[in-house]
Amino acid sequence: MLASILASGLAVGAVYALIGITYNTMYSTSRVMSFTAGQLGMLGGVFGSLFMLRLGLPWPVALVLTLTACALLGVVTEFVAVRPVLKSLDQHLYVLSTLAVALLIQNLTALQWSTEPQPFPRLLEMGSGIWDEKYWLPVGACVVTIVGLEYLYRHTLVGRAFVAIAEDNFAARALGLPERNLRIASYALAGAVGALAGFAGGQLLLAFFANGPLLNFYGFIPVALGGLGNNRGAVIGGILLGLFQQAANFTVGGIFSSVAVFTLFIIVLLLRPQGMFGAPVARRV
Amino acid sequence: MVRALWPFALLLALAALLPLSGNEYWALIATRAAIYWILVAGLNLIVGYAGQLAIGYVALLTIGAYTASVLTAGTVMAPIGAFPALGIAAVAGAFFGVIVGLPALRLRTFYFAMTTLGFATIVTQITLAWQDVTGGGIGIPGPALPAPMDTAWGLYWFCLAVAVVCTWATANIAHSRFGRALVAIRDTEVAAEAAGIDKPRMLVLVFILAGALAAFAGGLFASLQTYITPDAFTFELSLLFFIAVLIGGRGSILGPLLGTILLTLLPEIAAPLAAWSTFLYAALLLVIVLAIPGGIAALLDRRNRLALPENRDIRPDAAALEPLIGQRGAPETMALRGIVLAFGGVRAIDGVDLDVRQGEVHGLIGPNGSGKTTTLNVISGYYKPEAGSMTIGAAALPPGAPEGRAARGIARTYQTPRLIGEASVLQNVMIGASISGTATFVESLLSLPRHMADERRMKAQARLALAAVGLSALAEVRADRLQHSELRFMEIARALMLKPGFLLLDEPAAGLSVEEIKRLGALIKSVSRQGTGVLLVEHHADLIFDICDQVTVLNLGKVLAAGTPAEIRVHKEVVSAYLGG
Repeated sequence: MLASILASGLAVGAVYALIGITYNTMYSTSRVMSFTAGQLGMLGGVFGSLFMLRLGLPWPVALVLTLTACALLGVVTEFVAVRPVLKSLDQHLYVLSTLAVALLIQNLTALQWSTEPQPFPRLLEMGSGIWDEKYWLPVGACVVTIVGLEYLYRHTLVGRAFVAIAEDNFAARALGLPERNLRIASYALAGAVGALAGFAGGQLLLAFFANGPLLNFYGFIPVALGGLGNNRGAVIGGILLGLFQQAANFTVGGIFSSVAVFTLFIIVLLLRPQGMFGAPVARRV
Repeated sequence: MVRALWPFALLLALAALLPLSGNEYWALIATRAAIYWILVAGLNLIVGYAGQLAIGYVALLTIGAYTASVLTAGTVMAPIGAFPALGIAAVAGAFFGVIVGLPALRLRTFYFAMTTLGFATIVTQITLAWQDVTGGGIGIPGPALPAPMDTAWGLYWFCLAVAVVCTWATANIAHSRFGRALVAIRDTEVAAEAAGIDKPRMLVLVFILAGALAAFAGGLFASLQTYITPDAFTFELSLLFFIAVLIGGRGSILGPLLGTILLTLLPEIAAPLAAWSTFLYAALLLVIVLAIPGGIAALLDRRNRLALPENRDIRPDAAALEPLIGQRGAPETMALRGIVLAFGGVRAIDGVDLDVRQGEVHGLIGPNGSGKTTTLNVISGYYKPEAGSMTIGAAALPPGAPEGRAARGIARTYQTPRLIGEASVLQNVMIGASISGTATFVESLLSLPRHMADERRMKAQARLALAAVGLSALAEVRADRLQHSELRFMEIARALMLKPGFLLLDEPAAGLSVEEIKRLGALIKSVSRQGTGVLLVEHHADLIFDICDQVTVLNLGKVLAAGTPAEIRVHKEVVSAYLGG
């Protein structure tokens, strides 16, 4: 049982971590927490199933198409729901605008795709038991994403520009960085990361429209625990959450595991509002 | 007042005429609208007034529905009557309302939205899984109300009556110091703290009320459905409640009421679109946020679209200060000794001593970054100094704890005016008197005599304060329509509502015309002569030397010089470091 807990815990934990990174990527350039993060993950599964099972495309093509589609959706989100409300960030209108876009995506999927979970194909036909690809694919995707992002942020000009914007928006703009284009790029990147989470976790979560809110919540927990904008915190938080949830799942049953996760989440946040690795809130007056 | 009430009277008349139609289907729809409104009325205080984005409120409807149904069906204990069950449901709702609300006390907006969403998911899962009690997916019969509420029209009249009471009660709260405090927490938390508003207490009170109303509505909902399953409590319903408030507009009772009626009727009118209803709600939400953030209430508010007169004049009237503040007894001194505060490696204040005497104007000047505003923030409790002591008379002033400053008679204004844009100038000023309220939340809810007396007194005081600063003519205008200079005087009026022992002014003359600065100076001087100690941070040297009794000059966080204006004017280092010449 321990092996199953570890395998499935790491797998869903990796998916949660990737959704957490999706949140962070959007947050870093815009200071906006977007409700679309979970929907992007959901679409990763749905698009994957659509391209491979309904249209019969080979998986690498389907993966590229899925990532592209979600990246585009990320850009659309930036234009429709983020840019118009950036002026009045303190009024938190972004919570409402991104929620609206997320619900539009979710309901369109329910109406046009299906309200029942649809199968997601095996990609590599590799492994069985706890070494089944459905367990290690998400972990692999998570590792690839982390390595990729680290490379991007540390060794490329665009990546450093991202970091600069995230660090100090005003100073970055004063240096002449194209803040708006970088923001659009970060939303495209976030779209691709979210889609990758859903695609890699497709065999576990299936192609199901209701995964959106679920991933929204479970992907947000690592961000909240790890501190906003902190990718390392999100990965650690995501893996821990996955393991805790699966352990509770196997020992006390599914319903009570979600109650346990929720309770733990609230307690931790009430004790440490800035998250386990986050910095305290800045000055207000 | 009469003008504000006619839309409610019209709606009530329409509702009373509905039974004449004899159509029981319409009775069902109207009952549903009334039940939804009972929930939304409470939620409106949370979302529309306190600005907390509770998007999963269907969870409390579910809790109420199941509590009432389980108790009347007797799956856990001997069945009880429908009304006691509804009462217990309301208590359960109040309890869980606070539990769901707890994160809002400490966490940022998005977190709270997320936790309410998570809570909604979990409650549905529990109703599905706890089969012995809730019947699981099969469901459970709802509570059957006794005659005469056991017919469609009987239930309709009962729900309508409850809805009317809820409208009245939540409107009472909205128009009390509690309602104003909630809006202040929403729009300008910093100023709310300085006015002594206790955010956790205020929020917990409305969470209790809204939770109880939502769960009571849930019980009625179960009664209307006659049989409930977890499927009845979709997230779509949660969305309806939330969007009804936003369509209606923040800080309004009528708007959300119309929003609720509209959204309940929408799927009935456009039956072929039923499958698309959530999609439409979401689209509607997006349109409102982007195009009409003020909602229905802003569209209805014609009065505030009339042009304001140009060339308005601010004419302070010192005669109003006497009845407003009264005279103080023996003057006390606020003393700061050796205050040190560092941000990272920078010592923003480095051992500042300061004495502010009541009845005097004390000027605090110095170059940018010398620690003037930081000193004010330490006195106001926004920052906790690392060393040093603060006292007023013999009593120590505890470091930190900004919400305790109002009770110690310390009021202040800000470099950028902190205001509630959507509220009237009068309401903005009344915020300043929040701690002088004597009526409890329940007294305000029921509009009992003490609440009425509070309101009359605060309103009269606010009018005096506005007369004192010269803004009487603008009392009923929305604050965000005022000019910058008017906002500065409005902030002073709000601070005066406290009858402050000490008044901290942070660059009140910034952005004022020469004539306005002159009037401001006279006003500040008269306030100090009522026995208030004024601490004035300012860059206008003329104003400082005109009205100050004492001046302290800061440079790089240290006191460079202190003394009378005449001494400072000739102080060598001050002249070279700051005044120039």
